[in-house]
Amino acid sequence: MNGGRSQYPYRHLLGIEGLSRLDIQALLDTAEDYVALSRQVEKKAATLRGRTQINLFFEPSTRTQSSFEIAGKRLGADVMNMSVSSSSVKKGETLLDTAATLNAMRPDIIIVRHHAAGAVNLLARKVDCSVVNAGDGAHEHPTQALLDALTIRRAKGRIEGLVVTICGDILHSRVARSNIICLAALGAFVRLVGPSTLLPSEVERFGVEVSPDMRTGLAGADIVMMLRLQRERMSGAFVPSIREYFRYFGLDREKLSFAKPDALVMHPGPMNRGVEIASDVADGTQSLVREQVEMGVAVRMAVLEALARHLPNE
Amino acid sequence: MSEREFDRAGPPQPVLLANARLVDPQERREFHGGLIVKDGLIAEIGAHLATVSSLDDMREKMRVIDCLGHVVAPGLVDLQAFIGEPGAEHRETLSSASRAAAAGGVTTLVCRPDTHPVIDDPAIVDFVLRRARAASALRIHPSAALTKGLAGREMTEIGLLKEAGAVVFGDGHKSIMNSQLMRRALLYARDRDAIVSHFTQDETLAAEGVMNEGEFASRLGLSGVPKVAETLVLMRDLALVRLTGARYHAALISCAESLEAIRAAKSEGLRVTCGVSINHLTLNESDVGDYRTFFKLSPPLRSETDRRALVEGLSDGVIDAIVSDHDPQDVETKRQPFAESADGAIGLETMLAAGLRLVHSGEIALPCLLAALSSGPANAFRLPPANLAVGSCADLVVFDPDEPWIVDPSTLHSLCKNTPFDEARLQGRVLATLVGGEFVNAVASSLPGL
Repeated sequence: MNGGRSQYPYRHLLGIEGLSRLDIQALLDTAEDYVALSRQVEKKAATLRGRTQINLFFEPSTRTQSSFEIAGKRLGADVMNMSVSSSSVKKGETLLDTAATLNAMRPDIIIVRHHAAGAVNLLARKVDCSVVNAGDGAHEHPTQALLDALTIRRAKGRIEGLVVTICGDILHSRVARSNIICLAALGAFVRLVGPSTLLPSEVERFGVEVSPDMRTGLAGADIVMMLRLQRERMSGAFVPSIREYFRYFGLDREKLSFAKPDALVMHPGPMNRGVEIASDVADGTQSLVREQVEMGVAVRMAVLEALARHLPNE
Repeated sequence: MSEREFDRAGPPQPVLLANARLVDPQERREFHGGLIVKDGLIAEIGAHLATVSSLDDMREKMRVIDCLGHVVAPGLVDLQAFIGEPGAEHRETLSSASRAAAAGGVTTLVCRPDTHPVIDDPAIVDFVLRRARAASALRIHPSAALTKGLAGREMTEIGLLKEAGAVVFGDGHKSIMNSQLMRRALLYARDRDAIVSHFTQDETLAAEGVMNEGEFASRLGLSGVPKVAETLVLMRDLALVRLTGARYHAALISCAESLEAIRAAKSEGLRVTCGVSINHLTLNESDVGDYRTFFKLSPPLRSETDRRALVEGLSDGVIDAIVSDHDPQDVETKRQPFAESADGAIGLETMLAAGLRLVHSGEIALPCLLAALSSGPANAFRLPPANLAVGSCADLVVFDPDEPWIVDPSTLHSLCKNTPFDEARLQGRVLATLVGGEFVNAVASSLPGL
């Protein structure tokens, strides 16, 4: 399904960092085709027939794991889910032992999520197959950034020149890091808004504008991307309380009105309603949250297809 | 609201304070003249209002008071006083504290957050403000805790508390020992444009200490609090202020080394201010004498060298605010062996007269003292300016800087009598105090027209 397009040249997808604008656009173009395929009654392709895909999740995840599972199955792969509760990691096996064990089972693609930044890179160096980073600590979550880019491109017709404001817990967010790199590569202006306690040190050097205030941060924004705030971070360590966080950073109708009238709202999920986003905004006409989930499957199919081209065929 | 003692109904008659020595500490100037108060504000000021006899035509339009050449200055602004509401009404109430403050020339005070319950919730800030409106004619501003329950673990709702009316954030007489928390709290406070006021004393170094560490403590057989307990936390805080850009107030410094740290931070351009208690400017460790518990304070009274350094810091403007650190303690908690007695001293009523000791001894000039008692503290906490400019609030004190008196605790208005100036000979007496143009204290027949 790739007539004449530039091809994704790598064996792994470990992060958005290092990908060119053309690499990203190629993946998004392929994903467009899979959006169409996924909307058909017959959703199956044969791209990965006979291949084995392992979803190795060291952190619990429902959405990302099922999205990768559906993507693999629609491409005809045999998909196996391995989550931490059933793995030998709990019995004391190291990450690299796990990698060696899995490698001996000769999978073709491993999808990995791990709580430690850099763990997926480490694992990728120890296996013979392709590796997709499904989130490593606060480092990167490349398929989320790709699905966000696809969602924006389809909703706005372009990405170049748009103002995208990312709000909330930037400090702990791999979604924010991947999106900053991805959106910048595609020509968007990225702004960050959040309490300074939830901003990484020297983040302005990422080529973004930073604001501690929603009014200035959302002024003129085309896209408002809200991030999830983990429960354990909202009771005094980073922000004082849920109600204070919502008062200053929760996206409600009033704060959304600071952005452009046709601004669209995104959230990687799962949402904390009444913490970072009000229900009427989350479910409102400006929300792209459901489209994001749909694009997630298409983008992951595109990534799997791109990696499959680099798998040995003999 | 049965405690309402000050009737604010109806606009008061304009008042002319004539024949006064007007001292405007903000402008560092003083001159002989008069001042007209109208609608709660300073309406006119000038040398032409000096002579009472030439002002007879004024008497029809306003109340004329002959100040007999005594001082008229902005009312005192006290950034640190403990008021027992809510939870310790036996020690002090908003009403009793206000009477003591008015008698001492204090027109604005910031109350400490370490009440029961702690002022760490917007609803309690609201409660204190409502109670203050009902029970006091003074301007009372609550401070709020920086950490929930003063536990030093989680930061409070700085934004919501500030919106409710808290003017500053700190943990009372407790230091936040967790540097990570302090860093984040300073950073968060900067976002919300809030001032952090911190008591700096390393609790592990202070440990069981009850007075200044040194020869006196050793001779008395008491454990000492070393000065480094203060400077260590202060210097950490200043490093964190440099990192975060927060606005920071060192609530109570007590020694020369702390003063130098503040001086350096200010010259570096950090947004730093500091306060020192009236006790640390006028007393020293030797006053503890024979285990006198009214001199047991936190931080402890330091050496005479430290006291002199602090007075010098007052002269050259490094110290922004003199505070009363008013801390009423009842008899039971003070009539104990020294080490077991409570810390603290009352001070609202004697702060000005005690401060005048420094003027009478020639250590500092009067405008300089008054700056640290009014305009300096007001600026440090971003309260309305305390000056004698036309249009400013008529929060004023009229005092005779020379009148001698002996402190008789039984006549003090505070509910507790733990004053270190018990039976002290002081010079300088408040004759009248005005808040928003209204008299909240007036010594009968001390001035013609009063």
